[in-house]
Amino acid sequence: MTVASVPAVLRSEWTKIRTVSSTTWTLASAFLVTVAVSAALCALFRSTFDHLSPVERLTFDPTLASFSGMVLGQLAMVVFGVLVVGTEYSSGMIRASLAAVPQRGVFLFGKLAVATALALIVGMATSFASFFLGQALLGEHRTTIGAENVLRAVIGGGLYMGLIALFSMAVATMLRSSMLSLGILMPFFFLVSQILASVPKAKTVARYFPDQAGSRIMQVVPDALGGSRAPYGPWTGIGIMLLWVVAAIAGGALVLKRRDA
Amino acid sequence: MIELADLTKHFGATVAVDGLSFRVRPGVVTGFLGPNGAGKSTAMRMMLDLDLPTSGSVRIDGRHYRELAEPLKYIGALLEAQAMHGGRSAYNNLLCLAQANRIPASRVGEVLDIVGLTAVARKKVKGFSLGMGQRLGIAAALLGDPEILLFDEPVNGLDPEGIHWIRNLMKQLASEGRTIFVSSHLMSEMALTADHLIVIGQGRLLADTSMAAFIQENARSYVRLRSPQRERLRDVLRSEGFTVIETDGGALEVNGAAPERLGELAAGHRIVLHELSVERASLEEAFMRMTAGAVEYHAHGAVEGPHPGPPRPGPPPHPGPPPGPGPRWGAGFTSRAEGE
Repeated sequence: MTVASVPAVLRSEWTKIRTVSSTTWTLASAFLVTVAVSAALCALFRSTFDHLSPVERLTFDPTLASFSGMVLGQLAMVVFGVLVVGTEYSSGMIRASLAAVPQRGVFLFGKLAVATALALIVGMATSFASFFLGQALLGEHRTTIGAENVLRAVIGGGLYMGLIALFSMAVATMLRSSMLSLGILMPFFFLVSQILASVPKAKTVARYFPDQAGSRIMQVVPDALGGSRAPYGPWTGIGIMLLWVVAAIAGGALVLKRRDA
Repeated sequence: MIELADLTKHFGATVAVDGLSFRVRPGVVTGFLGPNGAGKSTAMRMMLDLDLPTSGSVRIDGRHYRELAEPLKYIGALLEAQAMHGGRSAYNNLLCLAQANRIPASRVGEVLDIVGLTAVARKKVKGFSLGMGQRLGIAAALLGDPEILLFDEPVNGLDPEGIHWIRNLMKQLASEGRTIFVSSHLMSEMALTADHLIVIGQGRLLADTSMAAFIQENARSYVRLRSPQRERLRDVLRSEGFTVIETDGGALEVNGAAPERLGELAAGHRIVLHELSVERASLEEAFMRMTAGAVEYHAHGAVEGPHPGPPRPGPPPHPGPPPGPGPRWGAGFTSRAEGE
């Protein structure tokens, strides 16, 4: 059996991504919102540091503080991931795409690979920019990239954003609709997960949600700001997130292979 | 060559395509005819492996669509719905597809030129009219310079100029030796473009025949006569053994008779004729009679059973297509075409 040329599919998917305006505005939003909100919160931490409780002051995590805008910025990554897949369905382009690349696994791999690579690059840029600007604004409370575990956290921040985008792509592949995917993912990441993670009983479950587990990698102080310590380390956390992503991709691939286009 | 073998598709309890087997031969335009909802689009989507068959198979030059490494180079398709991203330019939409099958980017400019969209190549597709969208879809089908072309209802929603253009394009492509498979729900359209005809109704094959043979079998001819001495003429014809039908408009219609013989007969009895003409039944009517039992959606008019039954004399019921030999050939076709 002959198979479509993977480099050709990658090229095609890259053309698709770079020729729609939603790519620019979602990724630019992810970068700007994360960096700006993180910077604002870092400035706020610095000016109100003396008002924090003693425990919070002792466990202050300057690295994590400089990623505090990611809660908002990741939503733009969700939109990017959803639109990359969802517009194929809303526009009807999926039929032309699959007519050109009938090997659906190759098609899905090509699309996810290109979009995830781009999301990872933007995610890394966001993470590093957010870190350095945040540290500059933290003044005497800052840390440095050379400090223990800090580089891991900053790279982890970029990795986290890339995985959020990939997870969103996989969910959109399963649901085959931008509106439905956004309607589920946006409130989940922005509200449900955040709220449950701060409710005492629900916390033990919410810890294993993809965003909660994955964001553990951005923490340098394990029980930062008086929060409770997660029962897993930073790499296990990103591993848990990766499991969610793999499961979502498997679900998406199954739907794509089984359903009529 | 496209071969369908016992192709079947169920959507839940609905059987959209039911054991369809036929071949589409190269070098001719094959018309794929059926009323709306007959399963044409579903069958065509299965040919492209977009819809997965419940059972049966489609082979393109002996291979399954999924086994084609760069399928756009074998088979190009215009599907019913516009399948392009509105926010992307015409050029870039085609470029994505071309790159996926390693078709050189220069070919994108060529096909845009063939369909006459060069001037709007860099414009976003969402501003395109229906006609421009169809042309873009055809450009996409031609990208890989394929030997086989599928067009699903290509004239739908087009203005007369666009319809004329598509007809000529299909004829030209067939004359280059390509396999052209075009679906329509309009017999009149098929009669103008197709060499071979495949008719389906409710997902089942009703006819697989050459256009010439279809016309031969179905386009019954009859002779229409008008005379101021109508009753006398009728009696003379009947006494000679002809079947005579009296129509609403005061004319007489005679099936299966040579016009010369009727003229001589009238002259022999010194009957004045105001009209003696040979008429052909419309193919549209033959098609409707063929698919009468297999129409999914009908317009329910005042008369129960709006479908043409077996030919019977007398005025046709209105509204609805004519039931058989009557004075209003083609009238049913017009109202039906507008209704769909």
